[in-house]
Amino acid sequence: MKKFIAVLIVVVIGFYFYKSLNYFKFGAEREGVYTYYNSHAVSDTGVANIVTSIVLTYRGFDTLGEVTILFLSAIGIGALVYGRKEKVLKETCFIIDTSYKILFPAILLYGVYVFLHGHLTPGGGFQGGAIIATGLMLRLVTVDKKWNEKMFSFLEGLSGLSFVLLGAAGLLLLGSFLANKGVLGLGVVKNLFSAGIIPLIYIAIGLKVGFELTGIVNNLKKD
Amino acid sequence: MEFLIYSLIALALIAGISVLFLDVFSSIIAAGFVSLIVSILFLILKAPDVAMAEVSIGAALTIGILLFAKAKSDKIQTKN
Repeated sequence: MKKFIAVLIVVVIGFYFYKSLNYFKFGAEREGVYTYYNSHAVSDTGVANIVTSIVLTYRGFDTLGEVTILFLSAIGIGALVYGRKEKVLKETCFIIDTSYKILFPAILLYGVYVFLHGHLTPGGGFQGGAIIATGLMLRLVTVDKKWNEKMFSFLEGLSGLSFVLLGAAGLLLLGSFLANKGVLGLGVVKNLFSAGIIPLIYIAIGLKVGFELTGIVNNLKKD
Repeated sequence: MEFLIYSLIALALIAGISVLFLDVFSSIIAAGFVSLIVSILFLILKAPDVAMAEVSIGAALTIGILLFAKAKSDKIQTKN
């Protein structure tokens, strides 16, 4: 009986998938939102990277949902391994020790560069945060001290809160959530200090994602 | 154009080989290699943001988590 219901659900979902994918002919020209983005994105938001303007201004509320999903999954993994002890490393590899001392500042610098210039070059908050988490994961394998969970959880929560507060400030001062044309001006395109609150939001997202992913890897490393 | 065809063939081959290895460690490394080729394909399809996300998350963090899981399962097996 259960198998019959499962096959029925698959058939129904497959039917609707087929209908919705058949609506667009493969390779045909589609008039849509992209013409508006191509012609108005730079003057509306002042960013040189149109993908950033879509992620943070035109679809900024979806980014808030994505940040919430990441936060929930980190909490879920923390709840699964609650109560396990963290063990100290017994021996460390000499190669990783030496390369950690040289690579760790460079990886952190590169990660911060990626989310700081998210409005100018490809990249942004999520990519820069993942690069920072890669560098911190290297630290988890070599350095003997424990990962300071409380402090980094607090910093991660603070960054997430600052993202919501920036949006709420737009709501209070200008009338819509994550409004951009306002207190900090748009500036000249392709400057580092331009595009309103978009670099500030990406700094908050980058730090939050970096500490969060490191916390997830640390949780999975526990006994 | 040739690079696209060669990389697609390499992708299919390495993904197929990765399930045929007898050693779990080699399979994990092959999965990381598949992620790397996919990120280069994203770059050819003119999506640099997606390529950066795929490299940092798929080829670095996922492989790290899989290696931690393998080490822990090895320890459980030797304890038994």
